[in-house]
Amino acid sequence: MTTLDSSKEIQKNNSEVNETHEDFRMFGLITFLIADGMTFAGFFAAYLTYKAVNPLPEGAIYELELPIPTLNTILLLVSSATFHKAGKALLKDKNSDSQKWLFFTAFLGIIFLICQLFEYFHLPFGLTDNLFASTFYALTGFHGLHVTLGSLMILIIAWQTRINGGRLTSQNMFPLEAVELYWHFVDGIWVILFIILYLL
Amino acid sequence: MTISIDPQKTNNESLQPKGWLRYFSFSLDHKVIGIQYLICGFLFYLIGGTLASAIRIELASPMSDFMPRDVYNQVLTLHGTIMIFLWIVPVVNGAFGNYLVPFYVGARDMAFPRLNAVAFWLIPPSGLMLVASYFVEGAAQAGWTAYPPLSITTPQSGQIIWILSVLLLGGSSIFGGINFIATIIKLRRPGLKLMQLPMYCWAMLGTSLLVVLSTPVLAGTLILLSFDIIANTGFFNPVLGGNVVVYQHLFWFYSHPAVYIMVLPAFGLVSEILPVHSRKPLFGYTTMVFSIMGIVVLGLVVWAHHMFTSGTPPWMRLFFTIATAFIAVPTGIKFFNWVATLWGGKISINSAILFSCGFIINFVFGGITGVALAQVPFDIHVHDTYFVVAHFHYIVYGGTVFIIFSSIYHWFPKVTGKLLNEKLGILHFIITFIGFNLCFAPQHWLGLNGMPRRVAEYDPQFQFVNQISSLGALLMAISTIPFLINVFLSARNGKDAGDNPWNALTPEWLTSSPPPVENWEGEAPLVEEPYGYGKEIPEQN
Repeated sequence: MTTLDSSKEIQKNNSEVNETHEDFRMFGLITFLIADGMTFAGFFAAYLTYKAVNPLPEGAIYELELPIPTLNTILLLVSSATFHKAGKALLKDKNSDSQKWLFFTAFLGIIFLICQLFEYFHLPFGLTDNLFASTFYALTGFHGLHVTLGSLMILIIAWQTRINGGRLTSQNMFPLEAVELYWHFVDGIWVILFIILYLL
Repeated sequence: MTISIDPQKTNNESLQPKGWLRYFSFSLDHKVIGIQYLICGFLFYLIGGTLASAIRIELASPMSDFMPRDVYNQVLTLHGTIMIFLWIVPVVNGAFGNYLVPFYVGARDMAFPRLNAVAFWLIPPSGLMLVASYFVEGAAQAGWTAYPPLSITTPQSGQIIWILSVLLLGGSSIFGGINFIATIIKLRRPGLKLMQLPMYCWAMLGTSLLVVLSTPVLAGTLILLSFDIIANTGFFNPVLGGNVVVYQHLFWFYSHPAVYIMVLPAFGLVSEILPVHSRKPLFGYTTMVFSIMGIVVLGLVVWAHHMFTSGTPPWMRLFFTIATAFIAVPTGIKFFNWVATLWGGKISINSAILFSCGFIINFVFGGITGVALAQVPFDIHVHDTYFVVAHFHYIVYGGTVFIIFSSIYHWFPKVTGKLLNEKLGILHFIITFIGFNLCFAPQHWLGLNGMPRRVAEYDPQFQFVNQISSLGALLMAISTIPFLINVFLSARNGKDAGDNPWNALTPEWLTSSPPPVENWEGEAPLVEEPYGYGKEIPEQN
């Protein structure tokens, strides 16, 4: 995230007083992500408590296959790196390179979602089978919702980096930086989720 | 690059409605949004108050004769939810916070004006949803806590609408919190140090931290609860292997800090009002700041004291008892600081300071019963009795609502340029203070003698005391009348207040009343000593 630049000055259109202030949209976004992270923290706390105190019924399946989620972890980590490349490219005014990297990032996010759905369809339990199954679907589903929103936002900013008429330039990096921070956040949550849900 | 922050405000100013109409239209001005919060909250206060009167009418006699038992439960649920989520939280944070914080940090608006408007406009629709949930089949009747399994076994469509409404209100609260944190940390006028901010800013900073850290947990919990209701999962349903205590932990992780979200801003407001009307500097500014931050930290780790009868293990009881007792220390420091601020001051007796003193008296009662309730043996004795109802209302009505009224008397001249009528104001205070104490003081006795809360019927031996309490509730309902008359009459033909009727030094009084659209005609003043009463004020640039 070398591209984060919150010291930009915003010019305020005011006929009488001409004032500038710091751009603190990134500060607001970080505060929001802390709040969002607390939602996940609540879910994780609930899951760990259930694991500790609520025994599952006889014969319930709670062992998960690892290949797909491992692939998904790699996909998301790679997508964080490609997003970073997109930011670097835009900073050097290479809009078409940036756009390619962004589309590739969105592509990885969508592959992640497809793999996730594939896993859902092949799991031996459904949403209401037992407490583990419910918590599994709630956690991965809530995270998947974040990935879906993130992929959509990446597609939007990828469209906005186009050379003719795009609003994203090296002078207006904030939308890209904001989505990038959000995307790293979603990746980080996935790593925690992967460790807690699949490995523990 | 030029990003114009408020194109609507700067470019289309002539298109904005003028006069009182602007309070009913979409606006990005923090002052207008603040008043919108206040008006909206007050309308819901009237609805919630009507429901409270219905509860007290029902409880005037031991049998459930005024309304059926399930209607009683629905009314009680709606009363609690409306008063907390639509009156106290939006008004004491949203209304006064939006109006005052930009002045106090020397800014022209909040950090994110559009987000601010979104946060407000989430409230009326979700409030209407909440009221509508009463009229569908199976209105919510599990209390404002919505404990499962009660909330997932009773009829459910109303409960689902209730959950959606509270989720929206939580979202509004989080957006507001983000905005306040950014405004106070980032938008301060150059040269204004954090330790020079008026106390209300510190209170709002602490409150917003609590909002941002704890409200999302409530949202997650309610999402899981709605899964239990809609999709038949078993997170909180013991029949399906779930665990109800997990709900209680997650719920109180929000809802105990919520008590501080409701009362910390009131602490801030009273710290603004007392120095002005007693013409003395606020006593112990630094200790006040550290007390607020202490309350924020401790407030996050005391939640299980609501759950001493939920099968909590002994170590947990011990930890949460001690943590709760500790929180009395910063609260006590603040209490003594207010008394010391009044001590030896040149106090002018007016409605604002009367309500503030009423707050101090009520709050010390509520605080003492709070410390008592933190002790496990005592809590087990009075758990879920009227003692808890009395304690809670002493904090939230006797504390926060008294401060809301005090603040309205204090800042009405700022908003309208007119003074409120003092005679009607003092009448309002006397009726409210007597009615409030008549209503809730006897409930301590009822609780100690074992009258359970949230039940429409009770043992006939409690009838006389319950009737006293209902009489108090009647007085509280009547007390609204002089207040409303006062506001409407004074807004039309009240005495002109001038720009600074109280000779206050805090920054909001250093501009005209009512203030211009972007708060100051020229540059924002640098107020280094907002409480410098009785000393020689250094030249301000």
